[in-house]
Amino acid sequence: MTEPMLTARDLHLSFGASPALAGASVDVLPGEVLALLGPSGSGKSTLLHCLAGILVPDRGEVRYRGSRLDSLSDELRSGLRRTDFGFVFQFGSLVPELSAVDNVALPLRLGGHRRRESEARALEWLERLEVADVAHKRAGEMSGGQGQRVAVARALVSGPRVIFADEPTGALDSLNGELVMDLLVGAAREQGSSIVLVTHEPRIAAYADREVVIRDGALAAAVVA
Amino acid sequence: MSVPHTLLGLLEVQPRHGYDLKRAYDAHFGHDRPLKPGQVYATLGRLERDGFVVVSGTDREGGPDRTTYAVTADGVTDLDHWFSEPEGPSAYLQPVLFAKVVLALQSGRDAAQVLDAQRAEHLVAMRSLTALKHGADLDRVLGLDFALFHLEADLRWLEHTAARLDRLGKELSR
Ligand SMILES: Nc1ncnc2c1ncn2[C@@H]1O[C@H](COP(=O)(O)OP(=O)(O)OP(=O)(O)O)[C@@H](O)[C@H]1O
Ligand SMILES: [Mg+2]
Repeated sequence: MTEPMLTARDLHLSFGASPALAGASVDVLPGEVLALLGPSGSGKSTLLHCLAGILVPDRGEVRYRGSRLDSLSDELRSGLRRTDFGFVFQFGSLVPELSAVDNVALPLRLGGHRRRESEARALEWLERLEVADVAHKRAGEMSGGQGQRVAVARALVSGPRVIFADEPTGALDSLNGELVMDLLVGAAREQGSSIVLVTHEPRIAAYADREVVIRDGALAAAVVA
Repeated sequence: MSVPHTLLGLLEVQPRHGYDLKRAYDAHFGHDRPLKPGQVYATLGRLERDGFVVVSGTDREGGPDRTTYAVTADGVTDLDHWFSEPEGPSAYLQPVLFAKVVLALQSGRDAAQVLDAQRAEHLVAMRSLTALKHGADLDRVLGLDFALFHLEADLRWLEHTAARLDRLGKELSR
């Protein structure tokens, strides 16, 4: 039996009086693409943020490769996010003032890689994602679809063990959405990364190996492929 | 699927004999449901009777006679009409799915459970169709997309209905 990469057990988290998570539990296996589905406001993004160590649950535990993530210091958690995790969000994944290539090189630079090497690797990823032509445009000046592909390049560039993608195709037309998913899932499979994917589009969820459904902050149905 | 118009359309691309036509049809449109040879010849017979195709040649290389069919001017006109006329908006959604949700509602059952089971079932199908797209020819991809988008439409309707039910339930319990 493979050890899960990430586990969440009985997570509870409230914003003020309103509970966003109410007993959510989920495992993410190494190399698997897991889709989180569920109605708007059900707690998908909140669960994703807890799994990624961005939010700390009020109750319950999150383990990453067997160790507690929720009890790490802020500093250790953000270090881990930089070295082991990649992120694609629906909006605002990129630093608007930086060029595409600088955005993609950023995780490498923060990880201590030299500028020249970081930029070369960033460019390779931009090429793979077919957006090398906007490499020197600022993120704020790109189309939604271009920006999304640049964000995918940035999520993948450092070879993360887990990629968190919250509605990564939400702003794209169906063909661009498919292109982004082909690249994201293809690259993750190549690197052996896991993906936690939030989406409300069934065709996008169909890229996952397995889906779980969240309703009112807890898992309603877990279906194994 | 209108078999006569599809065969006519294939003949417009190039004249073919019956077996060739069947092969072309199966390759493009008949992955799940290949044509029966009898159906090809019967359809060709009717198209010929209606003046939409003619026999354009016969060759007898060794084996049995092979009759080649080509589209006529009337056939092209008929195709023009077919292409310009949109299809009636038929319900692709399997009638049984619709019946199940409506009946679940009427009988006070948990429609969300119906949805969850159906979503899982649809996603299994969608997953394998998505996997088949990998490295497939363009016309195969288009066919797989056609199936994927229709399955997605079923699911969207189910999700929409479930959300509406939730809301309705909450309103009623206020
Ligand atoms: N920062 C916050 N402050 C207050 N409430 C929040 C915050 N973030 C989320 N919530 C609330 O928590 C609940 C779950 O939100 P969450 O963003 O996880 O939903 P979601 O499933 O991702 O929805 P969507 O599909 O609309 O993105 C919602 O009721 C939301 O209003
Ligand atoms: Mg969200």
